[in-house]
Amino acid sequence: MNISEQTILIGLGSLVAGFLGSLTGLGGGVVITPLLTILFGVDIRYAIGASLVSVIATSSGAAAAYVKQGFTNIRIGMFLEIATTVGAVVGASIASRLPASTISIIFGVVLLFSAFASSRPAPRDASDSSPNRLAEWLKMSSSYPTAHGAERYHVRDVPGGFSLMFVAGGLSGLLGIGSGALKVIAMDQVMRIPFKVSTTTSNFMIGVTAAASAGVYLQRGYIDPGLTMPVMLGVTLGALLGARVLARTRTAKLRLVFGIVVAVLAFEMIYQGITGRL
Amino acid sequence: MNPSPFSWTDERLETIVANLLRAGLWLAASVVALGGIVFLLRHGRAIPQYGSFVGEPLELRTIPGIIRGSTTFHGREIIQLGLLLLIATPVARVAFSVVAFVLERDRLYVIITLIVLAVLLFSLAGGHL
Repeated sequence: MNISEQTILIGLGSLVAGFLGSLTGLGGGVVITPLLTILFGVDIRYAIGASLVSVIATSSGAAAAYVKQGFTNIRIGMFLEIATTVGAVVGASIASRLPASTISIIFGVVLLFSAFASSRPAPRDASDSSPNRLAEWLKMSSSYPTAHGAERYHVRDVPGGFSLMFVAGGLSGLLGIGSGALKVIAMDQVMRIPFKVSTTTSNFMIGVTAAASAGVYLQRGYIDPGLTMPVMLGVTLGALLGARVLARTRTAKLRLVFGIVVAVLAFEMIYQGITGRL
Repeated sequence: MNPSPFSWTDERLETIVANLLRAGLWLAASVVALGGIVFLLRHGRAIPQYGSFVGEPLELRTIPGIIRGSTTFHGREIIQLGLLLLIATPVARVAFSVVAFVLERDRLYVIITLIVLAVLLFSLAGGHL
């Protein structure tokens, strides 16, 4: 197989990954690394470099659609980005010190967790919490559009959310993923921010977090132009197509199928890491 | 309905941010696609070697190197320039937010946003721990 043939195959695979990732809300980035390492035999360091770049592309593409809906809370996002960007630089620095097999095992475990987290039942809205002094000082309370008009919400446990965001940033930098699932948990479960606001603000943060790791990846030579080109273009196109189709599709079954695929890939990554085949 | 005094600015800010991100993405994708065509025309028949990690050469790893390399019209260098544009898009977004918070006279968030911008620039300048 020469470079042209491999580029076309990787481009098509990335297109499907971006499409399904956008439809299911899991993000295309989570399956790019297993796709490249398991199917194409790419070294995991090049794979996470390409995956991280595609994460920035999907975040930028989706943000344009999300921002207009009025759910994104720029202040919450910006404050928590202090934690995610510092975490990302730390994670990316750790990545270059760990053997490929260890990264593969951690990747598999995080992948399993993401598949599980995204398959949990529809979340409740928790806007009943009382104002919290730190959150008020940080001007985090806001309102978001609902079926019955704009609804106020308050934020609580800022330190807890901030700490979890540091971990999310670290995993993003370590594994070249968006860590969207963990970011949503930090906001929705810990800080009790309404789910819609959590998911869109999470997407808003993913691009900035990934850009923080990208500097380190670039410097370490993880970002190969020939390999990243079809991944970036494929995921971007796939995500745009997914966003178009999303409005007219029932995604429950699709999420289940994609979740199973992700779980299988996760076990394969763990297996390959343990047997040292990477 | 009693909108907060800043809601107009916030809404305006978010629309500009969204357009900025979209423009950055399209510009980056076009440059990457152009570089990809040049790369495949020249090296398409070679055998890919991504199976073992050697790391990229120095001129593909630093910002000055990539900018210098892209003027030679080599496929790999042009792609890398496009990827750099993509990475720069969220950074531009944060830089824009600093200006927006200054206009809103929100000193606390000017400081918060400057911290985020500093971490990003530290990383892009090649900083690591």
